[in-house]
Amino acid sequence: MTTLFHLSHIRHNYNGRFVLDIDDLAIQRGELFAIVGPSGAGKSTLLRLLNFLESPSAGIIRYKDQATPPLDLTRQITTVFQHPILLHRSVHENVEYGLRLRDQRNDKQVDEIIARVGLAAFAASAADSLSGGERQRIALARALVLNPEVLLLDEPTANLDPHNVSLIESIIREENEQRGTTILLVTHNVFQAKRLAQRVGLMLNGKLIEVGATKDFFENPKDERTRKFVDGEMIY
Amino acid sequence: MLEIISLTLFVSGVALIIATIIGVPLGAVLALRRVMFKKIITLILYTGMGLPPVVVGLAVYIFLSREGALGWLGWLFTPSAMITAQVIIALPIVIGLTTSAVENVNPELRLQIRSLGATPNQVMWTILSEARSGVVAAIVAAFGGIISEVGAVMLVGGNIEGSTRVLTTAIVLETRKGDFGLALALGGVLLTLTLVTNFFLLRLNKR
Repeated sequence: MTTLFHLSHIRHNYNGRFVLDIDDLAIQRGELFAIVGPSGAGKSTLLRLLNFLESPSAGIIRYKDQATPPLDLTRQITTVFQHPILLHRSVHENVEYGLRLRDQRNDKQVDEIIARVGLAAFAASAADSLSGGERQRIALARALVLNPEVLLLDEPTANLDPHNVSLIESIIREENEQRGTTILLVTHNVFQAKRLAQRVGLMLNGKLIEVGATKDFFENPKDERTRKFVDGEMIY
Repeated sequence: MLEIISLTLFVSGVALIIATIIGVPLGAVLALRRVMFKKIITLILYTGMGLPPVVVGLAVYIFLSREGALGWLGWLFTPSAMITAQVIIALPIVIGLTTSAVENVNPELRLQIRSLGATPNQVMWTILSEARSGVVAAIVAAFGGIISEVGAVMLVGGNIEGSTRVLTTAIVLETRKGDFGLALALGGVLLTLTLVTNFFLLRLNKR
């Protein structure tokens, strides 16, 4: 396996408040890696750093061996946010947006992705008029249309109904298994991590407590805090 | 009359276009980028939004008069001087209201479109597009401010018939002459022009 991301000695602060402290972490090409942990643990901050939307206060993040990757490399990485903000435009225009940024308009590809997330009937509708689950699917579609090498998912199914959860999870699985997309899934839902990921890490107070293969992580956790978290004993 | 109407539209139209071309990007930059002395600049802009046109006219007059720093341009009592004065009146309105409109767009959107691969310039244009109702309102407010002002154009234009007479200065002149009927008719024309222009400007918002 090839290492896609390598994080070393990462420290990150917001206004003097420490939020992230990761000594060493490698993310391999093609893996579906889930980070679990309570709210405020630093999971979303980690995604922003991996998407090069922010620079760490200290330490180095390498993507494909580059600490400051150029635009064409950072454009291989995209994030689906927990609370997606859509443009005040149609569903089609929202999904097409990233392609337009790259001067690669492709109506057929956009229509296919919209159909894939089950919103073909709403392609011409105003994105503002859709429900939370539908908006989350648009957010996923606007990321997938870019054929990203790395997909960063920040609680992509939080507060969604079971139908939407199941649909989004199946797309995530398909994207990873069939297209080989590297996926980093941030979730507070341990069951979702268990269902989807090949590797899982627990983050608490900005630190990665334990990282392991999904089976080992859930069945033979090495750290007591991991055991408590997966058993639902940790109150947060 | 047609000459007055066309000069009014020419002077205010050109001034508005210049103020929009300069003011909208500056407003966006002020809202989106880290700018030194931002609070002081904002204070100056807000003060500029309430700048009395006659004071602007006086300043432009001094600069463009023969002894002034820009006297060599020979613009005093020409439409160029009127346009200059109107740009100065419109610019703080366009910049200030554009800044406010852009700042009202959810800041999280910037992060999200950057994650889709937007460059800093693409972020700026996308946010401006999202703030377009506010930006159009800024342009409409600036247009209303300059087409209706009389002090500055009177001072720097001189209200010369066939050369620098616009609707507002013509209204003043006809009122002084006691021809209230013509003054009122000119006022009606000015209102209609403003209405029609605003109609087209607001249509931009719906696109």
